[in-house]
Amino acid sequence: MQPVWLPRHGLQHLINVLRDRGHRVVGPQVADGAVVYRDLADASLLPTGWLDHQDGGVYRLHHDPRAGTFDHVVGPHSLKNYLFPARETIEAWSRTPDGWQQTTPTYEPEQLAVIGIRGCDLAALAIQDRVFMGGESIDVRYKARREKLFVVAVNCRRAAATCFCHSMGCGPAAGPGFDIALTEVGDRFAIEAATEAGEAVLADITGRVSLVPLTPDEVASVRHVPETLRETMQARVAEEGKPRPRSLDTEKIRELLFENLTHPRWAEVADRCLSCANCTLVCPTCFCSSVGEVTDLTGDEVSRERQWASCFTLEHSQMHGANARPSTASRYRQWLTHKLAGWIDQFGTSGCTGCGRCITWCPVGIDITEEVAAIRESPASSPPLSPS
Amino acid sequence: MRPRLAVYKFASCDGCQLQVIDVLGRARPHLGELAELLDIEHFLEARSRIGAGPYDVGLVEGSVSTPHDIERIKEIRQQCRFLVTIGACATAGGIQALRNWGQIDDFLSAVYATPAYIDTLATSDPVAAHVKVDFELRGCPIDPGQLASVISAFCVGRKPRLPGYSVCVECKERGTVCVAVAKGIPCLGPVTQAGCGGICPAHDRECFGCYGPDRQEPNLVSLTGFYERHGANRDSLGRLVQSFNAWAPEFRTEHDRLSGDAP
Repeated sequence: MQPVWLPRHGLQHLINVLRDRGHRVVGPQVADGAVVYRDLADASLLPTGWLDHQDGGVYRLHHDPRAGTFDHVVGPHSLKNYLFPARETIEAWSRTPDGWQQTTPTYEPEQLAVIGIRGCDLAALAIQDRVFMGGESIDVRYKARREKLFVVAVNCRRAAATCFCHSMGCGPAAGPGFDIALTEVGDRFAIEAATEAGEAVLADITGRVSLVPLTPDEVASVRHVPETLRETMQARVAEEGKPRPRSLDTEKIRELLFENLTHPRWAEVADRCLSCANCTLVCPTCFCSSVGEVTDLTGDEVSRERQWASCFTLEHSQMHGANARPSTASRYRQWLTHKLAGWIDQFGTSGCTGCGRCITWCPVGIDITEEVAAIRESPASSPPLSPS
Repeated sequence: MRPRLAVYKFASCDGCQLQVIDVLGRARPHLGELAELLDIEHFLEARSRIGAGPYDVGLVEGSVSTPHDIERIKEIRQQCRFLVTIGACATAGGIQALRNWGQIDDFLSAVYATPAYIDTLATSDPVAAHVKVDFELRGCPIDPGQLASVISAFCVGRKPRLPGYSVCVECKERGTVCVAVAKGIPCLGPVTQAGCGGICPAHDRECFGCYGPDRQEPNLVSLTGFYERHGANRDSLGRLVQSFNAWAPEFRTEHDRLSGDAP
């Protein structure tokens, strides 16, 4: 569909239309010192005028009157928090005089609409779709939530120093997978629909505010917005007073990493790594979980709970009588090589989208791009993988 | 026959015993009916009747801080088939273990008019320093849900299910924005064992390490080094690791390294 102009006050109509159509609307808002996703009823709560400075282990917001509504980039939350929640009861059983009775409530996912999804997170959504729904085993709850998701994407026109989506081919333009995409230009937004659901929402907005189609020249210039940013990112031009933006050389990265499994850098990064799991929890593609039974004191009520797990914890690799990855070095190596190399064998793409969350939210600022660069700088040919 | 329970207090604030009462008193109905699973035979904080030992399970609150405590904990050990220490005092010496860095005679003469009447140890010790402990339940105070899990696991003969990860996992689970990254507040969450549910960061405060050092090689040197490079004061970092679990080996070592007292 031809993009149309949505005036700034039209954002409220977008929210209203989504709510009227039965969606729970979630959007970016400033809270607790960051831009996070929260329920959104009022467009004035969107983070207009806020910019995020991000670096290894550091995130700070500052107000800039020149900044638009979506000139912040990604915060600690992602779609993962909604589609693959941190904790979920998947079954419940009760002991009765007649034996065990299943009491699992019927699962009815909500109709969720999320505003502000960037290219990197759309790519992450596609990756999690492959993980949870791509093979023979389908995660029914993820699928039920996913089918009801409505995505309002945003084309980035600014990158933080931790962003490297351009290296991973995941942005800054919002790729496929959205229902509606917005591009902010001056005091209005070019808005376009990519699905029938998206077109229906635009049609409903048209009844409340007039949407003027873009001229062909305007279309070309709007398309150029993320393209201009991509060129800036590729040239690694820093924002004033900010660190140089990241990039990650992905050339033969699978071979590079698998050939360097005994590289001294793994031990060096382990001196800094806390094994705290933050990187995996903020990663929009990390999908590990553990399943366990929780009982009440009498043991008459049992629920089976799934919760996020991380390859950085010792218990994740604990097997009968032994631990497969007892050292931090082995666990960090597992995470990085799976994310950037093993993932390609397993799912056909990298597991990294260049969102930079693992860099920002690492309490000691360990930088995935720096670790790969260090190995690339002095590759050693490596003997076959040995345990520990 | 139902298991017979005993609860004991040593040097402590009684907060962990209140958590036991919280569980027993069904203040949290979802925990079920602990009092119907066990016979409470010895619990002076909750009832005056005392049933004779031996007991199947003993819960011990508080640190060992006097010669008399040493004798008493040895007797208790003999009376209890399964001995569980509860809380930071019993598992790590508690906040009162700060005295372990000072001179006991200095404290005695500063506090008491007639120090000669005081019979005390020079240190505040975890229970495990004096007798064999079967299970340590950490926290300041302990979490009622974890206590219920330990007791029900004991009653049915299985392993308790307790978190084996850092407080960061709990913060991320509840969606809390990291106070260290977003506000520059030095926080012990990444090196502290989970258990509280990430309470303090959800209220804009740092983690104080109430559940003790994370069980998997907590990398304190890296964490405090990062905070120091980002402007934190070395003395304040030393005080941060020197609180309720100050005498836990990993926190103690880091405090001494930061203050230059390291051997």
